[in-house]
Amino acid sequence: MATLNVNGKDLAVDADPSTPILWALRDTLGMTGTKFGCGQALCGACTVHLNGAPIRSCVTPISAATGQKITTIEAMASDRVGKAVQDAWVKHDVVQCGYCQSGQVMSATALLKTNRKPTDADIDAAMAGNICRCGTYARIRSAIKDAATQLA
Amino acid sequence: MNFDTLTPELPRRTFLKVATASGFALGAFPLAILAQGTPPAAGLKATEQPSAFVRITPDGIVTVTINRLDFGQGVQTGLPMILAEELDADWSKVRSEHGNANPAYVDPAFGMHLTGGSASIKNSYTQYRELGARTRAMLVSAAATQWNVDAGTLRTENGDVVGAGGKKLGYGELAEAAMKLPVPEKVALKDPKQFRIIGKPTGRIDARAKSSGQQRYGIDVRLPGMLTAVVARPPVFAAKLKSVDDSAAKAVKGVKAVLRVPVDRGGEGVAVVADGYWAAKQGRDALKLEWDTAGVEKADSARLLASYRELAGKLGAIKYNADVSKLASAPKKISAEYTFPYLAHAPMEPLNCTVAFTGSAAELWMGTQMPGLDAFAASNVLGVAPQAIKVNTQMAGGGFGRRAIPTSDYVVEACEVAKAARAAGLDAPVRTLWSREDDIKGGYYRPMHLHRAEIGFDEQGNILAWDHVIVGQSILKGTPFESFMVRDGIDSTMVEGMKEPYDVPMRLSVHHPQVNVPVLWWRSVGSTHTAYAMETLLDEVARATGQDPVAYRLKLMGDKHPRHKAALQLAVDHSGYGKRALAPGRAWGVAVHESFQSVVAYVVEASMDKGTPRLHRVTAGVHCNLAVNPTSVEAQVQGAAVMGLSMCLPGAAITLKDGVVEQGNFGDFTVPRITDMPQITVHIVPSAEPPTGIGEPGLPPLAPAFANAVAKLTGKTPRDLPFKFA
Repeated sequence: MATLNVNGKDLAVDADPSTPILWALRDTLGMTGTKFGCGQALCGACTVHLNGAPIRSCVTPISAATGQKITTIEAMASDRVGKAVQDAWVKHDVVQCGYCQSGQVMSATALLKTNRKPTDADIDAAMAGNICRCGTYARIRSAIKDAATQLA
Repeated sequence: MNFDTLTPELPRRTFLKVATASGFALGAFPLAILAQGTPPAAGLKATEQPSAFVRITPDGIVTVTINRLDFGQGVQTGLPMILAEELDADWSKVRSEHGNANPAYVDPAFGMHLTGGSASIKNSYTQYRELGARTRAMLVSAAATQWNVDAGTLRTENGDVVGAGGKKLGYGELAEAAMKLPVPEKVALKDPKQFRIIGKPTGRIDARAKSSGQQRYGIDVRLPGMLTAVVARPPVFAAKLKSVDDSAAKAVKGVKAVLRVPVDRGGEGVAVVADGYWAAKQGRDALKLEWDTAGVEKADSARLLASYRELAGKLGAIKYNADVSKLASAPKKISAEYTFPYLAHAPMEPLNCTVAFTGSAAELWMGTQMPGLDAFAASNVLGVAPQAIKVNTQMAGGGFGRRAIPTSDYVVEACEVAKAARAAGLDAPVRTLWSREDDIKGGYYRPMHLHRAEIGFDEQGNILAWDHVIVGQSILKGTPFESFMVRDGIDSTMVEGMKEPYDVPMRLSVHHPQVNVPVLWWRSVGSTHTAYAMETLLDEVARATGQDPVAYRLKLMGDKHPRHKAALQLAVDHSGYGKRALAPGRAWGVAVHESFQSVVAYVVEASMDKGTPRLHRVTAGVHCNLAVNPTSVEAQVQGAAVMGLSMCLPGAAITLKDGVVEQGNFGDFTVPRITDMPQITVHIVPSAEPPTGIGEPGLPPLAPAFANAVAKLTGKTPRDLPFKFA
């Protein structure tokens, strides 16, 4: 039995230590906001924060997260930066199917936590690991810039 | 998939005919569904009954049921906007939810449950307006009764019925009484000039939920005791099992059962059922399987290409039959061969279907574009009556065509797994979930195509003869759609987008080889390749005769295509084409194409970056008649442009080697990332005419516009997709 700290709460997880954080969240803890897209850290849909840094939860085993802080999309509404990103996402009507957007929001939030005035190149670099098959990239760029302005 | 050429009654009749003539199971479905529908109001069909579409609670919240799948295209907002307009609802109080396989939710024009052909808004525009107007009339009637006045003295405004002296009754207060009143058959609709919701840029109803992880998709369904299955499918389509050693798989903690199951195309597979995805996948990885591939055709891209080339040298089934004898004497000629690979849809939400099977009835949860057909397929597999199948259509994480499968492949497979699990003593709902590798390798691709064209023209660019052959698998042969969408041996989805709007003397013939690779429509279907061939070839004629490609197109269109011309002119005007000097190393590219009755034109700027084509800027001109939600139209064109761009980028190809698909994930089947994204602006031609499609039409012209810019830069039109540059 492992203990994971998710969004500030210690939660018991009955899963093999090699289980990726993604499946502990989704199948064991029932937190389905974090999405399964590729299982190979290629698409970013599963992005969560580990001690504030964006990681791909589909390839990070729970054994690598014991004693550390996992933050998921479910906590973003009560995070100042996360909320600003979500508000910008709504204002710019970013989402289409929306499936990748939890991961996009997590990557964008991680960017704005360390870089309050990202350039276009900064945005592209930070978001290059997140695929959106619907092609919402133009609005993602606009929303990130807007969120940066709101946070300034 | 352009269903618009069909008369409304034809498909339904044909489906019934298929059912009786061949006993083909899927074809019988509409019988079942029509038998179920007994409209409560005489004279109105199930699709016309407000009770199936509008729910108003005492707090005034209006919930509109959508008769489609929302998989990103925005109908969950667009259809409620249409209904709310005629209802005079308070938009801030409008919500929406998905319908299911109930007869009320068939496409009113097509007569079956279908989200496809960019038809949701187009085919349900009048339907949802009338539903809104009927509901409004009932609410007004209820208010008139309560106030004891003539209904004609009342008006409605923003969710209220307003009477003399400005007194008001909210829809929430009136709903209970209103719903007991007769449903009016005939209702007057607004003049579009009065619209205050339709045509207004409107944010998506689901924007907050999808930005905060709260939106549930099929993959998020959680039922008590639910198990997860992962299926090992044959490495070559349709192969069978030789031997199964499941001892290691069964030893994985959490694995409940290992089951042999029939899979698509008559193949066999092994399902590992476990208490969660990870255990199921670990179990599958631990299987030792031997496959019998001796008896199945092993498709191979290189060999297919060679055989397609050979076929292209022969005349196929004739679609257009112009006299091409002038080719021989034409002063100028272009001879071209194009190749288009198989393409995976790769929606971000991996395919999944959850089945709760009791032995006599079943409930299904999945994102599907054809819930009715899927329900019928499920009833066949599970051996229960269609009425005993309940489909819960789920919000889907993309689809692009992959969730409209005439064979219902992933639904059928999930039902096979659920049936086998039950037979093995597992009395629990089972979710069958595909990995990304399963998705990329699992078939149902946009077919591989080869085009060959010989064009003869004069010094002025007048086309004297155009001989064109297309080779590619038929999407619809062998499906219930065959009888009305395959004519004279030609699959209509393969030739759509050829020739029009240019009045050129074309002979077009097609070959449909049979190949052991499952194929399917992929966003914008035939136009994914026809627009590319047409628009790059025309550009080449323009360049070869020293003409401006915009002026040349406008000249060829003549006076017959005002919507094409308006869309093209709008893109030209906003791009600065011909007026603005480009940065050094950049070139313009232009293309225009109609699909699903809408026209999209692109003017793009591209450059060659160390030998690699790079798209910088895209200006779109769009003619989709009335834009119900301009914000959504813009989003659809932006997104379709990205998917069009995807066809050009390195790695955008599914290839087979000796029957085995060579790609497996986003590492080797690549899709555009934010770093590939050009700047894009979308401009809509104003119109009050009833709306036409917009989910797909933005895709086809992007790749040829990009290619035309590349041709200007390099002197060579890229003839193979994805672009191949050293």
